[in-house]
Amino acid sequence: MTTTPHITTATLRVNGEDRTVAFATHHTLLEVLREELGLTGTKHGCELGECGACTVLVDGRAVLSCLMLAAEATGREIDTVEGLRAGPSLHPLQAAFVELGATQCGYCTPGMLMSAKALLDEVEAPDDAQIDTALGGNLCRCTGYVSIVDAVRRAAPQDMTRREVGAETSESETGDGRSTAV
Amino acid sequence: MVDPPRSEGPAVVGTAFERLGGRERVTGETVYADDLTFPRMVHLALTRATIPHGRIIGVDTSKALEMPGVLGVLTGADLPTPYGIFPISQDEHALCGEKVRFVGDPVAAVAALTEEEAQHAALAVEVTYEPLATISTIEEALEPFDTIHDTGRENNVHRLSSFTFGDVEAGFSEADEILEDLFFYEGNTHLALEQHSAVAVPEGEDRVTVYASTQVPHYLHRALTQVLGLEAAKVRVVASPTGGGFGGKTDPLNHEIVVAAMALHLGRPVRCTLSREEVFYCHRGRHPAKMRLRTGFRRDGAITGQHLEAAIDGGAYGSYGVASLLYHGALQTTTYRLPRYRFDGSRVFTNKPPCGPKRGHGTPQPRFAFEVQLDKAAERLGIDPADLRLDNLAEAHSVTANWLQLGTVGLRPCIEAVVEGSRWRERRGRLPRGRGLGLACSAYMSGAGLPIVWNQLPHSGVQLHLDRSGGVTVFSGHTEIGQGSDSVLAAIVAETLGLEAGDVRVARGDTALTPVDLGSYSSRVTLMAGNAALQAAERAREIIAASAADELGVGVEGLVFAEGRVFDSSEPARGLDFAAAVAAAEERNGTLGTTGSYTPPRTPARYQGSGVGPSPTYSYSAAVVELEVDEMTGMLTVDHVWIAHDLGTAINPVLARGQVEGSVYMGLGEVLMEEQAFRRLPRRRSDALVHRHPSMLEYKSPTFHEMPEVTTYLIEGPDPAGPFGAKEVGQGPLLPMPPAVANAVADAVGVRIDQVPISPEMVLKALTAHQAGSEARFGPTSFPDLPLGESLRVLTPEEGGDGLSADDGHSPARKPATMPTREEASKGAESASTSSL
Repeated sequence: MTTTPHITTATLRVNGEDRTVAFATHHTLLEVLREELGLTGTKHGCELGECGACTVLVDGRAVLSCLMLAAEATGREIDTVEGLRAGPSLHPLQAAFVELGATQCGYCTPGMLMSAKALLDEVEAPDDAQIDTALGGNLCRCTGYVSIVDAVRRAAPQDMTRREVGAETSESETGDGRSTAV
Repeated sequence: MVDPPRSEGPAVVGTAFERLGGRERVTGETVYADDLTFPRMVHLALTRATIPHGRIIGVDTSKALEMPGVLGVLTGADLPTPYGIFPISQDEHALCGEKVRFVGDPVAAVAALTEEEAQHAALAVEVTYEPLATISTIEEALEPFDTIHDTGRENNVHRLSSFTFGDVEAGFSEADEILEDLFFYEGNTHLALEQHSAVAVPEGEDRVTVYASTQVPHYLHRALTQVLGLEAAKVRVVASPTGGGFGGKTDPLNHEIVVAAMALHLGRPVRCTLSREEVFYCHRGRHPAKMRLRTGFRRDGAITGQHLEAAIDGGAYGSYGVASLLYHGALQTTTYRLPRYRFDGSRVFTNKPPCGPKRGHGTPQPRFAFEVQLDKAAERLGIDPADLRLDNLAEAHSVTANWLQLGTVGLRPCIEAVVEGSRWRERRGRLPRGRGLGLACSAYMSGAGLPIVWNQLPHSGVQLHLDRSGGVTVFSGHTEIGQGSDSVLAAIVAETLGLEAGDVRVARGDTALTPVDLGSYSSRVTLMAGNAALQAAERAREIIAASAADELGVGVEGLVFAEGRVFDSSEPARGLDFAAAVAAAEERNGTLGTTGSYTPPRTPARYQGSGVGPSPTYSYSAAVVELEVDEMTGMLTVDHVWIAHDLGTAINPVLARGQVEGSVYMGLGEVLMEEQAFRRLPRRRSDALVHRHPSMLEYKSPTFHEMPEVTTYLIEGPDPAGPFGAKEVGQGPLLPMPPAVANAVADAVGVRIDQVPISPEMVLKALTAHQAGSEARFGPTSFPDLPLGESLRVLTPEEGGDGLSADDGHSPARKPATMPTREEASKGAESASTSSL
């Protein structure tokens, strides 16, 4: 039989803003972000920690918000996709994702971006193995990951030499023999 | 009539313009169905069958109704009208009333204030059953056990089909080599990242709006109207941006109907979002298929005839199954010249979640069989597998043995691109043991040539709104499932009117506000909605040009629409801003708006059962896979994929490349690991037939770690059937992946795996068998006897047939299944365009 849930009232620091909120103590950070704070940018694909769609940053580390209680996140810095850009301009990761086609249906994208941000905050110019490891827990069914890897490389600030890597991995051939980079 | 004014060469089409909705997707602003909330909204959860097959004796909802927060309960008695996507398969109920047919079938629905309360109460609904025999395999379905549906056919056979195109036996007698092989392709599921979700908002007592993560708002609208018993105009369906489809959101689904019924019952908005486990049981994915394939070859490699038999496991309901079965047979003829062809197929019912369309719908399974067998034939004939294919290529604009009208065929440049890219000629058969290259090809439709519900109405409609600010909005019933269809339609309109893609807004997928589009399935949107958008834009251009010509004092034939202006090509300074040109046209004509519509050309096939397979044109793909096989463990590591896809024209090469790479990925998932497989619970528990691993952790799908390097070649050569020459790109490139991997395994270690997915265990077993002197193969060893009866005989075009079968000749003439021929369609478009002025 369901009983009245225990309620926690807490101040959560989300995207640099303090938000005081009351929630059922057993609710996850994912639920509180989406349902109490209206931050629906963070997605859910399984609610069991298996798909990575709900990834947010807690004190700079990528965390599956479906596996963390909101009560555990009090007093910590929580960053979601909504806070990735300051003002109207896109964060370099966001811009690269749009430009290189790293977002299709978009459902995995918020979690993917947050995992990528955690990586780039730690490693300025990650190699492919580091990208695979950092994003390996985020599933995407649309892109085949190729353009996502391209976008993370493109957004890496110190990696100017690899900026054109997206163009190198693919080429287009026209029926009359013309060839254009994709 | 003057020549329509033209913009100067493509400025948008073919460029990597920014996708519409891209920014919203990276900022978390895209609103998916589960992100929607409405005042007073409540939550719905479903009580699901815990046994795979049984009669419902009683449903006791009294305990559930007393649970905290519970507002209402519905059962099968409240929704007695059956439905189904196909008119001939009306075998589903939004809530089961008499029988349950698989673990997960919904029996009752509970609405409560919170999602948790609804879920708890759904478990408190008590259902009593009289159990029936569980049908778990194709073989069991062919035996006389309890029947899942009363179809009037033998045992649990859902559908039987048999077609013979031409004198197939004569074909085999001309052959120097005949290969016969057995194959098995396991089922797999879409696994879209977004869990299915629907929100219903009632208006008064008899109107309702349903927001759903659907690929087919039009067909959901039909099902809602039918089951709820409401007038069609009182039901509105809005397709929310869908977090991945791949065919999994192409049926009207029971939860989408139940939320609407509950919203009307309670008089308040209701949301239902499926759990991931429920999504696995919702399924509608790839059919498990057993196949026997027999193909004759002359010594020079020419194919003399083919006989394909397929037995497919449909799960518990019809869904798209009739079409799924026919697709197993229909597209075999589209890649290579296949002069005579026979297809025998059977779909059976089992007590498992229903199968339906998944990316490539019914064609990856027989394509796997065909392409693996071609590899074996090449070996036996001593011909390079690439040459065997190049020597047998289907001819552009020809009609196949089963009466499919082909369009452009870019398979040759596809094969050449991947052969060159992978250095196939130098490296195949010459790599160190354990490393191999495999090649395979395929074709796919650019939209189904016939509608699901037979009628003579357009398949796609577009309304174009133009206002005096220069704003242009496309209203179209298509849905955006991530493939970028909004961007494609915007680009087509922008190109025609001399604007940027970002200048065009797209309002989509709303049965109250947009004209009907049949949906985002069968790779139909770019070609069909694209042609409708093109027609609407061309009509708008003519109207605007007429008034601009007067305004500027120039002839309409010299006008150009480009760079946001309308101007005289011989004196570019003489012109109007687009907004001013629209205002001038509005001054003259009143409020501006045009429409466009598209109906596919009539198919030359006229025999009974020919409605599945025709398309305005077909895309072509070729792939080479390089992989490594660890002979100690049987593990496969795919290192590189070269994929070429003939897409006619790339409207946006970044988006097109994304579709190709995504298809490669999904095809690799199917061949390397993905399985929608089932098991019986231990007898001491319930013996129920359940999904083996209904979670994203255990249902293995490729991650970043498993994805190889991909080299993509977009092969262009405009097809006259497509807008700016464009064909499909979203499904075709999946098809060559499974056979290319199997063929690469054979090149690497000399064993054949005639089964998908290819597990390390299978590779080891084949290697062990080889060492023991047995056949170097793993795969099925039997094929069930199908109760087929007579085959429908159809003469091929070469034999002087007329597209009818001998039997059809005696029946009253059937009406053509689609409106006009290709020529009639284009003529019709011109005259309609003229009359709109």
